[in-house]
Amino acid sequence: MSEPILRTRGVIKDYGARVRTRALAGVDVTIERGEFVALVGPSGSGKSTLLNIIGLLDRPTAGQVLLAGTDTSGMDDLGLTRLRAHTLGFVFQFHHLLPAFTAIENVMLPAWGDTGFPSRQMRARAAELLRAVGLSGRLDYRTTDLSGGEQQRVAIARALSRGPLLVLADEPTGNLDTAAAASVFDLMRTFNREAGTTFLVVTHDPRIAERCDRIVEIVDGRIRSDGRHSASAQPTRGPP
Amino acid sequence: MPFAWFVALRYLRDGRSQTALILAAVSVGVAVVVFLSALIGGLQISLVEKTLGSQAHVTLQVPRETPTVLVTEGSGRAISRKIQPASQRLRSIDGWLAVLADLDAAPEVVAASPMVLGAGFAMRADAKEAIFIQGIDPERFLGIIDLRKSMVAGRFDILGGQVVIGATLGEDLDVGVGDKLRITSSEGIDDVVTVAGLFALGNEGVDKTWLVTSLRHAQSLYALPGGVTTIEIKIGDVLDAERVALGLHDRTGLEANSWMKRNAQLLAALSAQSNSKALIQFFVVVAVALGIASVLAVSVVQKTREIGILRAVGTAARRVLAIFLIQGGVLGLGGALVGSGLGVILAKMFENVARGSDGAPLFPVVLEPSLFGMSIGLATTVGILAAVIPARLASRIDPAMAIHNV
Repeated sequence: MSEPILRTRGVIKDYGARVRTRALAGVDVTIERGEFVALVGPSGSGKSTLLNIIGLLDRPTAGQVLLAGTDTSGMDDLGLTRLRAHTLGFVFQFHHLLPAFTAIENVMLPAWGDTGFPSRQMRARAAELLRAVGLSGRLDYRTTDLSGGEQQRVAIARALSRGPLLVLADEPTGNLDTAAAASVFDLMRTFNREAGTTFLVVTHDPRIAERCDRIVEIVDGRIRSDGRHSASAQPTRGPP
Repeated sequence: MPFAWFVALRYLRDGRSQTALILAAVSVGVAVVVFLSALIGGLQISLVEKTLGSQAHVTLQVPRETPTVLVTEGSGRAISRKIQPASQRLRSIDGWLAVLADLDAAPEVVAASPMVLGAGFAMRADAKEAIFIQGIDPERFLGIIDLRKSMVAGRFDILGGQVVIGATLGEDLDVGVGDKLRITSSEGIDDVVTVAGLFALGNEGVDKTWLVTSLRHAQSLYALPGGVTTIEIKIGDVLDAERVALGLHDRTGLEANSWMKRNAQLLAALSAQSNSKALIQFFVVVAVALGIASVLAVSVVQKTREIGILRAVGTAARRVLAIFLIQGGVLGLGGALVGSGLGVILAKMFENVARGSDGAPLFPVVLEPSLFGMSIGLATTVGILAAVIPARLASRIDPAMAIHNV
């Protein structure tokens, strides 16, 4: 079997200097290529903290994060930024597009910000992705002129713009009405099936979670359950 | 377009009102600097020109005579002595032709004029005025002070017993062109001369006392046949006069006086003006820097989340740093360009409004290209430096915190 996209080993995260709060208490999770994983759990359970650590936006207090086989423990800020740019895509709950830029500029940002200069391929790829998410007529719209669902589609196109190995989505449908939520989820599922992009989706919505290949539940900073319900599933793992 | 430039310019465009306000502030600052520099520079040049319109840059004279002490103190010998200053008499510069040839060959000397200068009296009827007799070689003297341009009556002609005199002296003695004057030199030699013309150099002391005659005539008035008492010199760089004077003193052994030494007060005033100009420039620079820094600091706070997103999607911290440094530089440069234009308009308006009775500007302004180069370079540098702190704040934003907590 090929190298997993993501493997965490005993990830612990503490906050506070005097009064220490343990947000993650030893998390081991492995995500294989092509999986569509839901990360669920009550508020304050450590979902966002884990997502930040996996997304290389935060460092664990202890433990290891291996992304595409690379151990990230000893890397400096520039190294982490590079690795993030080349392997990860982000979709946030509030889409987090840059309001001063057009839809296509927002999609080009990750590649442009990494290499420093724009290219024709960059633009072509961004246009292609926006067409794929159904926004071919909105390329040069300011993101503030788009609806919530459309903005989240731009955010998905941006997350996919560099062909990431893993897309981390934090409540991607949390701020949308039911119809828009369903269509955004379908879009991610399509990219997962057709392009083989791996997704880790944090969600509160049980209907969304049920439609994922695998559900990882986290409570009080520990993984309580980790279950697959697709046909090709590996054996269900219980809590550690 | 490079990423950092694109984002920087887009942010400036997006925050139009903020950008316009700070640009206006920088422009006003630069305009003040350009205007004041042009005004003070013009004023200084015009003051120096006025001062030097009626005097040489450097004059060479025979050193003052000092009493020679013949008996000195020694062991077991007490001396009581009274030293009386020697009376100064007119003496000729020894070998002045050689000195003149040396001066003509010196690269820093533009013109050198041998002269006989002495005191005397001019009389007509009952009127009697103290005068300075200037015996000159016209061709050489006009290279130093062009009297022909300052003639107010008659013409410049000092041959065959003719003289030209200051206009005020003419009024005091009630003489005009063609009138005769009796003059007596300090050596007690008399002569009668004809006034060929009157000049006004604008310096009261000169216009009231000068009588200009030929070198030969003056030599006979002071019993200095073939001699000259003074050599007046014009040099290329007026502000170099003191250094040239010292050099000439060392070379010739003569007493060398620069206009700078003779006008120490004027120089002190010029230097005070330059200092106040520098002080104003300093405070303007500080104000501009603080303005740019505060606007960018506010912008960083406003854009914390966006910067967090840029960092999260793979933009390196140094590019975020560059985005804000570029904004600072562009604000400085833009303000400097607008401000320079504004400063020129202001200076020209001021020059046109304040005019003397003769129509000449009271405050001539001097707009040198170097002034604009300096202002633009300075404002751009200040803009970039002012952006350093906000840019560092921006580049250190923690993306996870920015995205989730702002």
